[in-house]
Amino acid sequence: MGEEVKVFGYWASPYSYRAELALKLKGVSYEYINEEIFGNKSDLLLKYNPIHKKVPVLLHNGKPIVESLVILEYIEETWKQNPYLPQDPYDKATARFWIKFIDEKCFPTLWLAAWSAENEREKVTNEACEYLKTLESALNGKKFFGGETIGMVDIVASSVGYFIRVTQEIMGLNLLSADKFPQLFQWSEDFANCSIAKESLPPRDKLLPFVKGLIAKYQQDNAKA
Amino acid sequence: MSKAKLVILDCWVSPFCMRVKIALNEKGLEYEAQAEDLFGGKSELLLSSNPIYKKVPVFLHDGKPLCESSIIVNYIDETWSSPPLLPPCSYGRAQARFWADFIDKKVFDACGNIWRSKGEVPVEAKKEFIEILKQLEEALGDKDYFIGTTFGFVDIILIPLTSWFFAVEKIGGFTVEAECPKFSNWMKRCLQRESVAKVVPPPEKVYEFVLMFRKMQGID
Repeated sequence: MGEEVKVFGYWASPYSYRAELALKLKGVSYEYINEEIFGNKSDLLLKYNPIHKKVPVLLHNGKPIVESLVILEYIEETWKQNPYLPQDPYDKATARFWIKFIDEKCFPTLWLAAWSAENEREKVTNEACEYLKTLESALNGKKFFGGETIGMVDIVASSVGYFIRVTQEIMGLNLLSADKFPQLFQWSEDFANCSIAKESLPPRDKLLPFVKGLIAKYQQDNAKA
Repeated sequence: MSKAKLVILDCWVSPFCMRVKIALNEKGLEYEAQAEDLFGGKSELLLSSNPIYKKVPVFLHDGKPLCESSIIVNYIDETWSSPPLLPPCSYGRAQARFWADFIDKKVFDACGNIWRSKGEVPVEAKKEFIEILKQLEEALGDKDYFIGTTFGFVDIILIPLTSWFFAVEKIGGFTVEAECPKFSNWMKRCLQRESVAKVVPPPEKVYEFVLMFRKMQGID
């Protein structure tokens, strides 16, 4: 009996990436459909995600699930092999805490540090460094946030460990550096070198010009305003 | 240090604290609520249990701290399984999580855009707030509660935020009942539950608090 699993995503989206990695970790086959999110959104996307109109969308036997963290929890509960959340409720709550911290504080501030105007950048950068320090403390000497293997926190932290590192390079910032955050830096290297993580990561040589273009457009739009 | 097994570091007017207390009440659990003076000075216990955010609620289970209200409610549901707050099937749970996320991202901020405004409340702010409630009303449909026939996770996440709606209505010059009658009925239905009624303060008291806070912030 076949299961129909589809992911509507965007090749450069750190959020789409999370959904794909989770399915790969579970060994679940899926069809990937790239949505052109800049420009007119497809009828299907608007049908499956009428409220937020965003990727990723996971479609399982015709039923849509949206929001990357909701998708990750759904995948974990639906396919029980290779769990990526701890079993113990307290440890699970701790993992969810770090996930929320990454998504609400760490990732947005780091993103802002790359985009913000010169005069605001120092304040945002200092804040971002504080968050990186806190995030590093969650590693606590482990190889991955999930322990010996990739867990849900690692899946979410890929936004910082890979996507932000690429953005930094473009902006000539060196926030997530080996000397400032040795453990976190090593984690991001180990993660990106992990064969299963690598499979769906957008290649650097494609991502760099894409993000460069985004930043240039942002700065252009802001200069006009 | 309290001998109680379950402790919540609390503030009576915080809808986020209310969520935790309602969940504990639903599970029939005894707990101790320690009132934090958020303006006078946060306790050592709060600062050491939640060093990153320094906020209430903090839930302590045998002294082990947990932060962030939605995460705490999930933990309570997973640790004490009866009655379940989330539906049994994965898809139903995904729906519940989606709406909880929507509520967390939208409702309190939309309230704030109204009650924090100086002078005339911007039309956009009122429009946005009503729009959000209408989206929630559509999700509710003709059901008694958000996910099915029983009071659960989404209701717990949302009902405490509605204790601030009276203040929003007074300041904004509209009523939720007139704009979203189905939503208003859902509110009344939830407020009749003992687990909720014990915890949610009278709306007039919250309104008094909001007015005092506005004065403190120099808005009034």
